[in-house]
Amino acid sequence: MSKKIGDVILDVKNISLRFGGVKALTDISFNVKEHEVRAIIGPNGAGKSSMLNCINGVYTPSEGSITFRGQTFDHMDSHQVATMGIARTFQNLALFKGMSVLDNIMTGRNLRMKSNLLMQALRIGPAEQEEIRHREKVERIIDFLEIQAFRKTPVGQLPYGLQKRVDLGRALALEPQVLLLDEPMAGMNVEEKQDMCRFILDVNDEFGTTIVLIEHDMGVVMDISDRVVVLDYGKKIGDGTPDEVRNNEEVISAYLGTSH
Amino acid sequence: MVFCRYTKQGLGMQTTFPRLLLKHASERPTAPAMREKEYGIWQTIHWADMAQMVEHMACGLHQAGLTRGEHLVVVGSNRPRLYATMLAAQSLGAIPIPLYQDAAAPECVFPLNNAEVRFCVVEDQEQVDKLLEIREQCPQIAHIFYDDPRGLRKYDEPGLASVEELLAAGAVFAKQHPDFYLAEVEKAHTDDVGAMFFTSGTTGNPKGVVHTHNSLINRAEAGALFDKLTSHEDVLAYLPPAWIGQNIFSYAQWLYCGYVVNCPESAATVTIDLKEVGPTYYFAPPRVFEGLLTSVMIRMEDAGAIKRGMFHYFMDVARKYGPTKMDGKSIGLVGGLLYTLGNFFVYGPLRNNLGMSRVRVAYTAGEAIGPDLFSFYRSIGVNLKQLYGSTETAVFVCLQPDHEARADTVGVPCAGVEIKVADNGEILVKSPGLLKGYYKNDKATEEVLTADGWYHTSDAGFLDAHGHLKIIDRVKDVGRLKGGANDGAMFAPKYVENKLKFFPHIKEVVAYGDQREKVCVMINIDVEAVGNWAERRNLPYAGYTDLAQKSEVYGLIQECVEKVNADLAADALLAGSQVSRFLVLHKELDADDGELTRTNKVRRGFIAEKYDALVTALYNGATEQFIETQVKFEDGRTGSVSATLKLSDAKTFAPVGKAA
Repeated sequence: MSKKIGDVILDVKNISLRFGGVKALTDISFNVKEHEVRAIIGPNGAGKSSMLNCINGVYTPSEGSITFRGQTFDHMDSHQVATMGIARTFQNLALFKGMSVLDNIMTGRNLRMKSNLLMQALRIGPAEQEEIRHREKVERIIDFLEIQAFRKTPVGQLPYGLQKRVDLGRALALEPQVLLLDEPMAGMNVEEKQDMCRFILDVNDEFGTTIVLIEHDMGVVMDISDRVVVLDYGKKIGDGTPDEVRNNEEVISAYLGTSH
Repeated sequence: MVFCRYTKQGLGMQTTFPRLLLKHASERPTAPAMREKEYGIWQTIHWADMAQMVEHMACGLHQAGLTRGEHLVVVGSNRPRLYATMLAAQSLGAIPIPLYQDAAAPECVFPLNNAEVRFCVVEDQEQVDKLLEIREQCPQIAHIFYDDPRGLRKYDEPGLASVEELLAAGAVFAKQHPDFYLAEVEKAHTDDVGAMFFTSGTTGNPKGVVHTHNSLINRAEAGALFDKLTSHEDVLAYLPPAWIGQNIFSYAQWLYCGYVVNCPESAATVTIDLKEVGPTYYFAPPRVFEGLLTSVMIRMEDAGAIKRGMFHYFMDVARKYGPTKMDGKSIGLVGGLLYTLGNFFVYGPLRNNLGMSRVRVAYTAGEAIGPDLFSFYRSIGVNLKQLYGSTETAVFVCLQPDHEARADTVGVPCAGVEIKVADNGEILVKSPGLLKGYYKNDKATEEVLTADGWYHTSDAGFLDAHGHLKIIDRVKDVGRLKGGANDGAMFAPKYVENKLKFFPHIKEVVAYGDQREKVCVMINIDVEAVGNWAERRNLPYAGYTDLAQKSEVYGLIQECVEKVNADLAADALLAGSQVSRFLVLHKELDADDGELTRTNKVRRGFIAEKYDALVTALYNGATEQFIETQVKFEDGRTGSVSATLKLSDAKTFAPVGKAA
């Protein structure tokens, strides 16, 4: 059972992020290789989500650069990020609650729609054919995530674990090369976590998607990640395979605390 | 007592399953054979496609080394390719064994080794993992083919390949040897072994029930003739194919009638798919019908006042006239008018919502069905009926004719079946659909199959005045009263328990009476139903134990018991089984405490020992009894519950026959 991990696809160099006097991130560097599962972990307030937001273009880092597929940026633009093939899910679910599962995932296809708004609205010209093609992609995602039973259900009526799955589905609809997952397992019970792990691994496996995830649950992270970055107080304190990180003194003290 | 209502005319077709397939493929190649919902759309497989898929599969399996007479295991839910696999195996003279897809890995070891299985065709990763887990214990497994490749990309186990690859290899072989497949099919005889089904015994290892092509096809035919099934039926295949019922409905009868079998998208979408397909021929165990009814009732309670009022009014109309109408009798002008209105406003939309608009024949079997539940469906115009049969009889033994469906009988013997009641009350069956034997288990075969061809069902029952079979209990549980007014009367504990359990307020019942002078029962109330009842009466209670001992609750339960007694009194054989005394238990019977089996059946003997003081009190006439019981909590801790229980007498009735 070997997995092909490719070259560096995303390289984060010396990123710092300040909010006024607060230093959220200080001089962070790490890279992500193609087809790997890369985790960013750390205690509360360590700067994990901020890191993701920098990659995603939501925040503009004060210093440093991000290189994606050979192109270097000193800040990312969120629309451009999506077009380049980086998708993300959200910690606090940003779904359209009143819309069906199907429509929510369909919104993920938006970037790939060629026909203009008017054509789409009136379903004229190539718009209808296009919609059928997109629907097919969406159906494959629904099948993949095993949410066929909820295709027409408004998202707001679904339990939290399933909403998380829809969120993942929408990100997948973008057919991303890199998928950023912000705490995909937060607030889930053990069974839902196991399901989610399986989906993440299957996405990585079936589509070859590179995955960057933030996670609290150490057990989960160690099981599914190829490499782990550990942040604490906005600084990188560890980087390596799960085993290396697990035995890293600094990481242990950050998580368990030390007597000073 | 020998009873046979139908002649054998029309029966005795000498064929095999692959020949039936080829017949449909040549006669009506473009008619739909199966539909499978995939990516949100129903995809149709026509008979010609099916035949070709089976041919390729058979060629592929032949190339992989499957030989005549060898067993092949199929594990998974209802998928066209898995059905094709069974046909492909049978085409080569091999014997398919469908196994339950939700069985745990260790449970598969015995069947695999018992039948020396080398070939497994499974649905997906879950099943592959299961087989790989037990591969060490079943070293003979040489080939595992999977239908759905998801998650299996990285697997690198010897002998593991996809059905896709198997079909591709088979297609090449079929091109090179165009006559091979037909020649193989020609070699088979109708009396060859066609399939094997494992039944879980309550004790010991499961037993492989061996059926020939003939025994299965013959029963498929008997059932089809009985209900006049045609090639226009639509069936939804959603129960495990390893269960012989599903296998008859979506395989044997599918091939016999040539109708369409629809495979749902996933287990979770069954109710949605049911609505979309609108089957004409439908089967479900009682619990499914109950679940559907509950969901309707809950949604009705949330509906607006007008809708709710209309629903309740017309449901009363349905209760009054529906069953009579379903029996094919006149309901008069007023009744007819009201029912037609009700049908327009309520029953029609309701049937549509349940996915039963087109149902021509619906069956339920497996366990006793409550009379209210049964007549609910019949009263809204669903032709729900019961049947009797088992794995060993290839299902069809008794069926209810269209206008003679009753909740407490299981119908009349169907074509080819002879029924005899042994002296101990056991039902004996002679039918062309009987098993050939248990696989490699002559001892067990001899126990159930006598030399002159009678199969011992181990069910106790009798044929009533109208020729309908009535099942009362398992033979080993049927006892006799001893002493007292009804000395020597038959006592069927499960029959009494079920009758009581049909009341929504009663959850569990344990009945005693064997070798005793009268019948006494211990009852568990349904805390939700009774709690609701109590709330509506402003009756405060602290919890289960408190609620159970309220005198109002005793009154409620007493009514139920007496209704059952009145009912039993009308039954010549079981009038003696009327309940004289009862008590309501202070705790719910629980599988964690060993009082129920994992499938929620009461363990009568164990409970009698554990609650010995209560049983004694029931029989010595005490009106109160103190009891303390150990309970196990879900986290493994133990505690104890104690209470002083009331014991109550119930009115019994003189048997109707005698009194008249």
